[in-house]
Amino acid sequence: MKWLSQNWEHVIGLMVNHLLLAIPAIVMSVIIAVPLGRLAQQKPWLGKPLLSFATLMYAVPSLPLLVIIPSVLGLPLRSSATMIVALTLYGVALMVRTAADGFASIDQGTHEAAIAIGHSRRSLFWKVNLPLAIPVLASGVRVVVVSTIALVTIGALLGQSSLGTLLTDGFQRGIVAEVLTGVVLTIVLAVLLDLLVVLAKNLLAPWVRSGRAAV
Amino acid sequence: MIEFQRVSKTYPGGFEAVREFSLVIPDRSIFVLVGSSGSGKTTLLRMVNRMIEPTSGRVLIDDEDVRDQDPVQLRRSIGYVLQDGGLMPHRNVLDNVVAVPILNGVSRLVAHGSAKKLLEQVGLTPDLGHRYPAQLSGGQRQRVGVARALAANPTILLMDEPFGAVDPIVRRELQDELKALQAELGKTIVFVTHDVDEAVRLADYMAVLAEHAIIAQVGSPQSILAQPADDFVRDFVGTDSQRVLTVRQVGGRDLAIDATGRPVGVLS
Repeated sequence: MKWLSQNWEHVIGLMVNHLLLAIPAIVMSVIIAVPLGRLAQQKPWLGKPLLSFATLMYAVPSLPLLVIIPSVLGLPLRSSATMIVALTLYGVALMVRTAADGFASIDQGTHEAAIAIGHSRRSLFWKVNLPLAIPVLASGVRVVVVSTIALVTIGALLGQSSLGTLLTDGFQRGIVAEVLTGVVLTIVLAVLLDLLVVLAKNLLAPWVRSGRAAV
Repeated sequence: MIEFQRVSKTYPGGFEAVREFSLVIPDRSIFVLVGSSGSGKTTLLRMVNRMIEPTSGRVLIDDEDVRDQDPVQLRRSIGYVLQDGGLMPHRNVLDNVVAVPILNGVSRLVAHGSAKKLLEQVGLTPDLGHRYPAQLSGGQRQRVGVARALAANPTILLMDEPFGAVDPIVRRELQDELKALQAELGKTIVFVTHDVDEAVRLADYMAVLAEHAIIAQVGSPQSILAQPADDFVRDFVGTDSQRVLTVRQVGGRDLAIDATGRPVGVLS
């Protein structure tokens, strides 16, 4: 605790850096994975290879990926953009299958009823399918959140400042308290963001909590 | 007036749901299409609002081919009631009832104002408005489904086995209320069911459908019960067995006895 009390300003700065890498990546992952999941669910001939590819994508080791991305996209090796692109790739890979499952979970009768009462294609997606997929999508977002927060630490190996810096620096200098701080705060961040997602889900999908008790 | 002109529907894969179906459905009546499952009756219903396009033939509403109309606008102009209500599980009762007016651009505030009257019209208290469909009974969901279908004040109402998922007592109630509502509103109702009793109870006219939606007989329920056109209809409406009543005198009154020996009523 002594170490933390002497370095808390530095730690908070690293925490902010951590979030500045994680949050854009999480948001981008959701924005890309949801329409891809929808496409995969609607067009199985495209969806099957797409989902297999996503699984493979997640299996690519992160360090080589962090080196490949800058050379492909022409970004500097140590830019935060490189990190965000890599995290987004993993996030999409993790989320796209859940997104497809989310849209597949919608009751066919509800879907047909929505068409029957005159929803256009656009309002069918925005007002019926997307809201109804929220509970399943949220579970996918939770996995992405926790995974991304954990993965950000790897960037420290390339000099990307984050809570991971506490791990690399602590190991090098043999400061156990610093390493512990890094580990604990990474977990705390993950748990806090996870709670936020659950909260958002409950706000956006109030019908799920309203229960099934018939009168 | 809804007119089917030699309508056929063959699904990809070769299943022939409807073969050369022609029928005129007059305004302001309840027309029941009754047939066993797979007889193509739901396919026929969905051709009216272009949920399904016929392979050949035409469907006309007031002499206009439905194919010349925008399908989304057409569907908003026709009320549709599905089995178990077909409500949106993520919207509360009020929002479900006013779904079509809101799709048509009516403001939520104005739409909600009219929802109360609609709920009362179908026998629901307005305080149910903030519940979600999962918090309602089957009968209540069905009533909300009818209220939703009426919300945009359509002249045509399509009902696809609407009372199939509720218990017999509630079904009877809903049927009676539909009759009362129809006496008040005078819609053109096309009603699909496999239940002959329901057809007989509701119909101004009914069509008994065989496979491929071939019309075995069309007419008033009375005429079909009195003079079944052939063995298929006789068998289907059950005039040979359960529907035949005999009269027995008990204690000076005439009791009507059904085929199984139960008294079903007293003759006046």
